This record gives sequence, C-alpha cells and structure tokens, in this order.
Amino acid sequence: MSVDLAQVKKIATLARIAVSDRQAEALVPELNNILHWVEQLNEVDTEGVAPLEAVVPNRTRLREDAVTDGGIRDAVLANAPAAEHGFFAVPKVIE
Amino acid sequence: MANYIIEGDTGPWELVIGLEVHAQVTSNAKLFSGAATSFGAEPNAQVSLVDAAMPGMLPVVNGECVKQAVRTGLALGAEIHRWSRFDRKNYFYADLPQGYQISQLYHPIVGEGALEVQADEKNPDSAVRSIGIERIHLEQDAGKLIHDQHPTMSYVDLNRSGVALMEIVSKPDMRSPEEAGAYVKKLRSILRYVGSCDGNMEEGSMRADVNVSVRKANAPFGTRCEIKNVNSVRFIQAAIEYEARRQIEVLEGGGAIVQETRLFDPDRGETRSLRSKEDAHDYRYFPDPDLLPIELSDEFLSECRDSLPELPDAKRARYAGLGVSAYNAAVLTAEVETARYFDAALDALARPELANDAANWVVAELFGALNRIGANVEASPVAPAQAASLLRLVADGTLSKTLAKQVAEVMFETGGDPEKIVEERGLRQTSDTGAIEAVIAQVLAANETKVAEYRGGKDKLFGFFVGQTMKAMAGKGNPAVVNELLKKALG
Amino acid sequence: MAGAELTDLTVAGIRDGFRRGDFSAREVAEAFVAAVDGADALNAFLVKTPDHALAAADAADRARSEGAPPPLSGVPIGIKDLFATQGVPTTAGSRILEGFVPPYESSVTARLFAAGAGMLGKLNMDQFAMGSSNETSAYGDVLSPWRRGDGGNAPLTPGGSSGGSAAAVAARLAPGVTGTDTGGSIRQPAAFVGITGLKPTYGRCSRWGIVAFASSLDQAGPMAQDVRDCAILLEAMSGFDPKDSTSLDAPVPAWEASMSGDLRSKRVGIPAEYRMDGMPAEIERLWEQGKAWLRDAGAEIVDVSLPHTKYALPTYYIIAPAEASSNLARYDGVRYGLRVTPGQGGLADMYAETRAAGFGDEVKRRIMIGTYVLSAGFYDAYFRKAQQVRALIARDFEQAWEKCDVLLTPTAPSAAFALGEKSADPIAMYLNDVFTVPSSLAGLPAISVPAGLDGQGLPLGLQVIGRALDEQGVIDAGLAIEERAGFAAKPEKWW
Repeated sequence: MSVDLAQVKKIATLARIAVSDRQAEALVPELNNILHWVEQLNEVDTEGVAPLEAVVPNRTRLREDAVTDGGIRDAVLANAPAAEHGFFAVPKVIE
Repeated sequence: MANYIIEGDTGPWELVIGLEVHAQVTSNAKLFSGAATSFGAEPNAQVSLVDAAMPGMLPVVNGECVKQAVRTGLALGAEIHRWSRFDRKNYFYADLPQGYQISQLYHPIVGEGALEVQADEKNPDSAVRSIGIERIHLEQDAGKLIHDQHPTMSYVDLNRSGVALMEIVSKPDMRSPEEAGAYVKKLRSILRYVGSCDGNMEEGSMRADVNVSVRKANAPFGTRCEIKNVNSVRFIQAAIEYEARRQIEVLEGGGAIVQETRLFDPDRGETRSLRSKEDAHDYRYFPDPDLLPIELSDEFLSECRDSLPELPDAKRARYAGLGVSAYNAAVLTAEVETARYFDAALDALARPELANDAANWVVAELFGALNRIGANVEASPVAPAQAASLLRLVADGTLSKTLAKQVAEVMFETGGDPEKIVEERGLRQTSDTGAIEAVIAQVLAANETKVAEYRGGKDKLFGFFVGQTMKAMAGKGNPAVVNELLKKALG
Repeated sequence: MAGAELTDLTVAGIRDGFRRGDFSAREVAEAFVAAVDGADALNAFLVKTPDHALAAADAADRARSEGAPPPLSGVPIGIKDLFATQGVPTTAGSRILEGFVPPYESSVTARLFAAGAGMLGKLNMDQFAMGSSNETSAYGDVLSPWRRGDGGNAPLTPGGSSGGSAAAVAARLAPGVTGTDTGGSIRQPAAFVGITGLKPTYGRCSRWGIVAFASSLDQAGPMAQDVRDCAILLEAMSGFDPKDSTSLDAPVPAWEASMSGDLRSKRVGIPAEYRMDGMPAEIERLWEQGKAWLRDAGAEIVDVSLPHTKYALPTYYIIAPAEASSNLARYDGVRYGLRVTPGQGGLADMYAETRAAGFGDEVKRRIMIGTYVLSAGFYDAYFRKAQQVRALIARDFEQAWEKCDVLLTPTAPSAAFALGEKSADPIAMYLNDVFTVPSSLAGLPAISVPAGLDGQGLPLGLQVIGRALDEQGVIDAGLAIEERAGFAAKPEKWW
C-alpha cells in the first residue's frame, strides 16, 4: 500500500502534527519507503497464528480499591504552561 | 408500547432505539490510579500523576472495578468473559490527558445479556419485553472542561479523569421513548441493587448515548444518529421523540439521514448536529501494551456471584408469593432502599401472612408521611422494626385501623415505639362489651328520632350510629364489636 | 589515589576500594565530577548534577563510618535522560519536554539511589530513544570518544539511543550508567564504544517513571565497563514494582555472586539466519572467535535456526511506531513541556503547532507511521500482522531453547559509523539493530560484550541472548567471552 499527499496530510491531522505542503510532499516518499519495506511481512504465512499478547508470561494483578494518591494539586500543576485557579488553562474550546 | 408509531405524511413510522449507558462504577479509587472518585472536590485535588498522564506514568487495574462490572453482568444474566483486555482509543482533547482513553473494544469483560422491561411497571398486565444487552465494558472517564470562567481560555479539571465507567450497550431493541425510559429506569434500579453504580444522574453518575433511527413497518433499519451524553430519563425520552420526528421530516421531504453525532439541548427540547468536531475521527484502537489481559478465576467469579443481592424481579416474585399485590410489589421493589426497608419490616414482623398489610401500610401510610416531611425512606423516623410492632398491634386487635393511624402520626413526629405510645396515651382499643353497650345506650337515647327512622327501614343510618359510638369512645372501640352490639341494640 | 586512576575504576573496584578504605566516596565523586566537567566536547551530559553525586558520596562516607554502607555506596553513576528524576530536568532528548522538571522519581533511579548511588547528571540520548546514532537528540549529537585509526578524526557516533550513556562510560566520566533498550539501544551503543551493556528480561526493571517509547519493548538496563559491573547494577535496578502492571513478580537473583565463566554443560546456539549478506568479514571473524572462546570455556556449540529473523526489523518498525504514536499523544502542550499557541488559533492549532515544533523529524516520522498502521482499514494488514509475526519470532526462540541455553551473535553489523553517514536514510539506520531487535521483540535478556577491534581500531561487540529470566546464563557466557577477549582498549583522550 502507498500513501499519497492527501493521506499524508490526513495522517498528520490525526497525529496533530502541523505540516507545511512542502513537508507533506517530502514525507510521501519517506513514508512510502518505510511502508514498502515493512510490507515484507506479507511474505510470512500467519494463517491461524494468534497475535502476541504478553511478551513474557505474566499475570494481571488487581489493585486494592484504596485511595492512595491525589491531593497533590501543586505537583500536578507545577509544570503547566498555563494554570489558573487550580485548573490547567488552554485556548478557549468552542463545543 | 410495542405499537408505538409516529404517523407521518407518508404513513406510519416505527422507531428503533439503542442505548449506550455510561455508569460510573462505585469504587473508592479510580480505575487505574489511587486517586479518589468522590464528587464535588476542589479542581484537580483528586488527580494523581497517572491521571495527569505525566511522562512514564503507568496504569494498574483496580480490582473492585473489575468486580463491579462482573457483578453487574451477572445481575443482567450476561455472559462473563473470563478473558478480557483493555484497548486504547486514541483521540486528542483537552479533557483527555493521555491522548487516549483506556477502554475495551475487542474483548469486553461482559458479553450478551438481557433486561426484562415493562412499560408500566405498576400495571402488572402491561407488556413485558426483553431488551438485549450487547456488552458491558470498562473504561476511563475523561476530565472536565469549564468554558465560562475566562474570556479566552477554557479550564481543565482532571478530577474525573480516570474514574471507572461501565459502558452498558443495548441492542437496538427498543421501539418507543417510553420503552427506552423504562429500560433506563430498570437498569438504574438493578445497578443500585447491585451497588455497582449509585445511579445519580444529576451528578453525572449515569448518562446515555442514544441511537435513534426510524423505518417503515418491517423495513430494514434506517440510518441512525447518536445523541451524546443525555443525563435524565425525561431528556432521553424527549430527545428520542424530537429526533424521530426530525428524521421522519427529513425522509418525507425526500432527504436522507446522515449518520452523525448530535447533542440534545434540554432548553429548546431539540437535537443539533455536532459534526464540526467530528471531521477526522479514527480512533486507532489497539491493545494497551501497559496492561496485561484480565483472566478471571473461578474463585473470583464465585465471590462476585455470592455477593449479589436479591434482584428486583426475584424480589417482586417473592413478594407476590407472600400475597402482596402486584402494584405494591412493583412499588416496593423499584428502589433498593424501599425494598430494603420493607424486607427489614417483614423480618421484624415475622408473620408472612401479614405481608400485604405491611405492604399496604408502607405504600400508603409510610410513603404519604415521608412525602409530607420530605424525607427519603432511609431517613424515615419510623424504623422498620417499629413499623412491624405497629402492624402487630393492629393484627392482635390492640389497635383499630383508625387508632393505628393516630399512633403512626405520633411515631412519625417523635420516632417513638408504638407500644409505648399506646400505653402513654391510652390509645388501646377496647372490646369490653359492657363499656361499649353503655356508650351505645347513651347514643341511642340521644338520637331517638334517628333510631325510629332506622327501625322504619332507613338502613343507611347504621353508619351514623357507628360513627357516634366511636366518637363517644374517642375511637377506641373495637369496630367489629361495636358493629355487632349496635346491630343487637337496634335489632 | 589520583583522579584519573579513580575514574578508571570499575563499579566493583570503587565499591570494594571504598569499603576497604582505600579512598573516600567524596574523593571518587569529585574525580568523576571533574571528569564530567572536562568532557563538554563529547556532549554526553544534558544536565550535570554534581550536588547529587557529592551528597550521595557524603552520605556514603557517613554510612561507612557507621559500618553499614548500602551496596552501591560511593558509586556515582550517570542516568539516561529518559528516566524521570525528581527535581532534575528530564527531556528525553526532546524539545517538547524542555523545562520539564518531574515531581517524581522513576522506580529504577529510586532503587539505585536507595542503594547508595549518586547521580552525576542526565545523559544525552536520541530523542524519545528513537535512533541508533544519537543524532536525533534535540540537544546536539553526542561524540564518541573513539576515533578511527586513519587519523581523519571524523567524529563518530557513540550509537544510540543510549549514546550519552555509552560515551560517558567509554570516556570514564562515570563507572556505570543506566540505559534503556527498545530494539538495541543499550547493546548497540555498548558495542560501538567498547563497553558492556545488559538488557534484562522484559519486566525485570520497572518502567514506572521512564518516558515511554514503545511499552511492550522498553526495558531499562545497565551499561558499564565489564560484565560484573552490569550484574551489580542490574541487581540494584531490578525488582517487582506494583506500579508497573508488566513488572515481573519474581525474586532478583544474586547475579554477581553466582557469576561464573565456566560453561561446561552449557550449549551455545549459533543462529544460521544471523549470517547476513554483506556482513563485514571482521564481524564474521569475531563471531567465529567468540565460538572458539565459548568452546574453550567448556560450552558445546550447536547450530540453530531462527527462521523469522529477517522479519524482525519490519515487525519492530510497525509495532514500535504504533505504540509510540499513542504513547507520545500526551505531549500536547496542556500540562507540561513546550506549548506553541498561534495567534488566533484554538486548541487544535495549539496541539498541531506544539507537536510540530517540539518533536524532531525522526519522532514525527515514527508517529506518522504508527498513526497510519493503526488507522481504520490498515490495522489488520500492518499492526495485527506484525503481532502475529512477533509471535512467530518468539516461537523461533522457544524452539531454539530446546537445543541450546544461550545464543551467540554479533551485536551490530558494523563498527561505529561517522556522524551524518546514515542520517539521510532511515532504513539504513534501522538496519543497525538487525541483531538486537529479535530478542527485544521476544522480551529476552541479552548482553553485549566488547570482544575486539576492527581494522580502524574501533570496538566490536558480541551479543549473548538468553531465555526469559535467565540473566545468569547471559552474564556467565558474557563473562566467559570477557575473560578470553581480554578487551582492554580505551579511547585516547582528545576532548
């Protein structure tokens, strides 16, 4: 499969990365090279093979339902580019 | 209910409705972090580094949330998946710190089940329909955006970020707004019985995405629209009604329905398109590599099963078996707190043959009194054991119904025990024939004309004599004895 | 002891000398702090934290006088900038985390510090650990302390992504460092600079507090001068962490105490598929030499097959970018790090501009690939397919373990290359990890041990891969190579 300019722009939008037209044009062959390269996998017969679930056998541990965290608002907000009145602040969202 | 149709210009239309109910799981801590879940905290006070998606933070599953989802599934008779897994749903929004919501797309924890819904629960003859449950999965809630605090900024509060939700997905089995309403009420009732969700719709503990389409009879399903985040039964019904009519208008005008997400505006009672936001949704679900699959052991499942309470339908059947009327049984089981009260009263009464008297008393007297004082059943000044004592006093003839009402009034006011009130106020009913005969003699003597009329054939006057006698006895005469002796005296 | 002699010591040498009273922890720390200060030309450190190292040293000296110094007392180390360090800027080599100061300590660094180690600073790296040459760092290339013997002085790569970590140990700026390995990021740079690097079994070291690249592959591990040091450091770094759901709830063996280069009764597998077309003869020869060493150590050499080896890289370059595209979604300018707000722009513009300005080209490339392979209509063809092939790769290893106990392979297909030599061709760069990626996909422990020099006088490494949880087997075989290779070369100081 190959991507064209429109798809590259769509991917960039999905990934929320601004790209100029020039950048998008440059990305078309770059991404296609990589995609064609990974498509070697089509040579592999994977009929009936279950996708890998856990890298190393391990078991889910269920946490106890106890409040052990939170109450650290200052730490949570400390690195915020903009924080006001205990909130993170972002450019106005119109819903 | 099954025949709900909307008459359009081109003939009758049928509605097809499916609901995705998001129910906040009752737990102390969040689904993947140890931060608290309680409502109404200061902004960002219940946020851990995991909830804020700080670099390198990792989720760990709260076992209680898994248990609650399984218990809910069991209560809905649904298939429990012993192997389930979390997936990431990727999208960007300011209330979603990770840039993905951890949810379950491919392998939800609960599979198919069903919910029996009666359009008019209090009418035992109304139709019962089975609404299919497609699945229940666990997922994280998002944070909250606040838009009205600053002219050019929106504020982000992550207190809700990471709170566990169960998404309960129905099949497109509902055919009318009322049926959808009944489904939500019934579901809410069951969740509250199970204790897996507090069902508090005002605080957002339960909200629904409503899928609506219309079709002509026996036609295939039409294109549906999804109305997001509707947070009351009334709004759900209003949204369905509006949306169905809108779709019919579009179709009859020669248009086509566009599958889209819409918002219900309760002030205007209408739905409107949200398409502006929906241009590029592609959630790129994939298994969350930070989490391992959940495998449920036999032990875990039996723990879940053993912790389930008696559910509303079973309770209703049991009450009916005790002679409780269908109406009373429906009323008593609708809310778990009421049922809990009634069960406690029945236990204290320890006389199953009085179950319907008890039911009548709870439904008529207790609810009436609670309504007047504006209290819910959990805050009832009359405890279930006290109610049982009162009912026993009536049953053994100590109190007439009228006296019982008086005693109950005092109980509601003072919270006192009925036996004591009877003693202190001398409200004991009398069956003493001598005393009653003396009063009857006085009453007849004072109403000679009426006695003559009665004896002349005006039978209706009998009630008058009963009333006069009871009044003279301050209501304490045993009505049966009074009747009997009056008949004899007037004979 | 003079400063230069102190900085030549291994972790074990420092630990033991400190305990014997040959020198104080303060002296050691000061020597390394000075070495770090004198090595700015290498650009190995992004942040220097002499105060941290000196405070830990003083605490070590006090603990020693009280008689019970914890195991890494007196040992200063360097920390890859992928580990969140409380109160110390952590950028993962990216502009998007500029100015981020974590209010928390990663589990691995917390363990190291609790064991008495002090931190000399944060080490430069490929941005978000995406790279094999350290050239994707937003904060400049790391220069290898090594130079080719041709007198050309072309600046060489220390490898990546743990390039700063590798350069620091090779240049004796730290006796040991942390690295992380997603597809070879510990082993390949270790091989390029002539040091030892150990990637443990997936789940041995907690990932909590390590900036995530690809969750199902990322593992922390030590890099140091020799095998023993790696064993010592790994013991301190490992252990169950309830905060990481993928952490293994298994006891941490006493790897150092059990270490032995005696491989009698061990079988060493040689995977046929690792003999690649165009592999330099020097690498081929070194591999043969490695077999001879291990035979000499008592092991039986057996031929094995890992048939899906050639598909490991394409598999990796689907799975790792897919996970990364999601893991890196949190860098949105809302809660930390860079924010770029265009004039009249709204939230969506803020996201797009912030991420465009904050991420480097390679990171963007991988996010885009990852986004594509997960998107509607392509998931099955790419991501699911890759996870199926990954299962086959893991199965290859399982079958090999029926015939052998460890595998011996080269670490990298070449010696260190010059900076700029491969940066224009992503796939050529990806091929660097051809020997390290398969074991990463299967979550297996693997070590790279320096084994010789190429014709230009540059180090080459051999890799030993073991069964899951058999770090001991990997360490023992690594030690057997180390004992026989007698690798003592170190770069001449020019910085």
